[in-house]
Amino acid sequence: MRVWVLLAAFMMASCGAKTVSPTFHAVENPESLSVWGIIHVSQGKLQLGEGVLPYALNTPLFTDYAHKLRTIWMPEGTAQYREDDILDFPVGTVISKTFYYPSSEGEIVLKDKGLQSVTAKAGLKLSEYRLIETRLLVRRAQGWEPLSYIWNAEETEAKLTRIGAIVKMSLADGDTLTPFNYAVPNINQCAGCHAPNNTTRVLSPIGPKARHLNGDYTYADGTMNQLDKLIAAGYLNDAPVERPRSAIWNDNVETVNARSRAYLDVNCAHCHNPVGPADTSGLHLNPENQSAPHLGVCKNAVAAGSGTGGRKYDIAPGAPENSILLYRMKTRDPGAMMPELGRSLTHVEGAELIDAWIAGMDEVCE
Amino acid sequence: MRLLRYSLAATTIAALTACGGQTVSEAPTNTSYQDTLLTQLIDAKPGDVITIPEGTFYFDRGLSLTVDGVTIRGAGMDKTILSFKNQVQGAEGLLVTASDFTIENLAVEDSVGDAIKVNEGENIVFRNVRTEWTNGPDTKNGAYGLYPVQTTNVLIEGCVAIAAADAGIYVGQSKNVVVRNNRAEFNVAGIEIENTQGADVYNNVAANNTGGILVFNMPNLTQYGADVRVYDNKIYENNTKNFGHKGTPVASIPAGSGVVINSHDKIEIFNNDIRDNRTANIIVSSIYTSNYGDKGMEETFDPYPEQISIHGNSYTGGGNKPDGLELKALKTAMFGLKGKLPDVLWDGYINEDLESAQICIQDDVEVLNADMPGNNKNPRVETEPFACKIEPLPAISLASAG
Repeated sequence: MRVWVLLAAFMMASCGAKTVSPTFHAVENPESLSVWGIIHVSQGKLQLGEGVLPYALNTPLFTDYAHKLRTIWMPEGTAQYREDDILDFPVGTVISKTFYYPSSEGEIVLKDKGLQSVTAKAGLKLSEYRLIETRLLVRRAQGWEPLSYIWNAEETEAKLTRIGAIVKMSLADGDTLTPFNYAVPNINQCAGCHAPNNTTRVLSPIGPKARHLNGDYTYADGTMNQLDKLIAAGYLNDAPVERPRSAIWNDNVETVNARSRAYLDVNCAHCHNPVGPADTSGLHLNPENQSAPHLGVCKNAVAAGSGTGGRKYDIAPGAPENSILLYRMKTRDPGAMMPELGRSLTHVEGAELIDAWIAGMDEVCE
Repeated sequence: MRLLRYSLAATTIAALTACGGQTVSEAPTNTSYQDTLLTQLIDAKPGDVITIPEGTFYFDRGLSLTVDGVTIRGAGMDKTILSFKNQVQGAEGLLVTASDFTIENLAVEDSVGDAIKVNEGENIVFRNVRTEWTNGPDTKNGAYGLYPVQTTNVLIEGCVAIAAADAGIYVGQSKNVVVRNNRAEFNVAGIEIENTQGADVYNNVAANNTGGILVFNMPNLTQYGADVRVYDNKIYENNTKNFGHKGTPVASIPAGSGVVINSHDKIEIFNNDIRDNRTANIIVSSIYTSNYGDKGMEETFDPYPEQISIHGNSYTGGGNKPDGLELKALKTAMFGLKGKLPDVLWDGYINEDLESAQICIQDDVEVLNADMPGNNKNPRVETEPFACKIEPLPAISLASAG
């Protein structure tokens, strides 16, 4: 017996990380993240389960400078391509998003604009990173269900939370240290973003749309277009040659307008669309909207309260400093900031983009 | 952060000191009840009644409910207090995205944003709920106290709303609404009905706000308002300095406004007791006067208030100390230092394509046409254009209102 154990240990050490197969739980919500087998910790690294495909979005949602490891896995079946909506994933699909930071001492995490690609071969080295939480969206027979897991301090396991948490950290940017309250959402708050139609209130993923996935990713076996990779992996039925593609927000090759609209799409349009929870404001930031007033141009606030920041128009063309949109992006006051959920820090670089976008507009309101 | 922690600690000490050695009350840093209530809200099933006991409970995050058919009930608006003094996350105290929702007998205090928001749902009841910012009128307060928006069949009764930096009771883009027996004080707007189709607002007290009761229509929204009756209310001394945020529609309301109608059609204002509102007891205006940009409006928007019927109201005092230099100068020029503005103030915007009566006033009052379209060059007291009559609007039929 003892020999077996030793032998097993020797084998694992010699052949690297053990293989973990994911499991779809159709009904129960495991208390431990590892039970899903989507991601796990092994040999000081965060590793992907077998068949789990990492992905990224051309332009991601900002969450307090957290880095995000996104994955897709499905036990069987394939997703159906859809041009303007979330890919139609089969029952059994598990999408995960792990939030982590380059870490320093104690509560200090580091601001870092670069995002490391995590592949099946080279996992995330935990000695250099702090794991905060992993969120799952599980496609069950009755629809998508959200689950949040909070990592323990030892970074060995993440435990299910339903009521969420506030994690106090400090973001180090050079010599500047900014304390912030990172919020792990409670289950009800998941619908605050993941129910983009406030009438049907059907929960769904937001990111995995063709336009956001239509870009390259560096996998263990090389760089490839993500939609092609999904097809090659048997996770996507097909995709036409002509595919929509949203801009990469910080890639200067693209126009400021394209990058800004992509940024607003991902960061705002899950609420600010004509059927979303923020349709009460009349401000629609979805990429399909081409109406100037609904985009906020020369538009007065409806019910912004302190969110106006004393400014008159959502967008004052040519005058970002007079635009409510930018004020709400920059402020850290929870009663005034946008998005309402998902950040407590200001995305300085995102605000700079929107600043440039508004500065380049030349309409006159009055 | 250090400041926040410091203030948390200070509040804790204050709370401990205040309750001495008696029953242990919840310290602001103790979120044990927060977890309990969050769990109840998450686990809620249709038909559940979530009972919150007597006491003051502290929250550092916003609460939310997404399940239909839930009642949240406290032990009384002065006994069960949900305090958001230390809130660091969430734009509301409580956000409800569900139908068949009732909240009653409790208070929500000091939320960083709105106190209670219900965003889209049917059959909503607020009963004997208090929303208050305990520091009194302050621009830093949250915008709305009770805030149903895009809701249908709404009853707000017996509630108290204090010190909201926008509106104490705000009904937006809703249908079939009754707002009765409430008290709204020290808000920028006491009660505001906006883009709402079918509302009866009666037996309320709106006092000490900047504006007492507002009926507004705004562009670019999912629906435009009509059929609002405001009657049997006491609307007095709404003279609090405007502490709204610049850029919000209510920030343009002059202190001392009793009833304000803006760009809204089909309104009946009757049998109200309106007194001592220092700018004007009633203001009727177009969105052009409320600082709204032309270019930011959908073309389908009608900026003119039309089919406004005002009758049977009693007026006392008011108009004696209008807010703002222009109105002050106007008053002095037209009515003398000791004079007063007429009971009704109209900005003078006329819809040239008008097909129905615009404003009909049966009350024995004077109307000041401020001639805003002519840059105030020819302000004048008029009566003739208002000598018309409009058929009464139908009463709201709402099951929850009995």
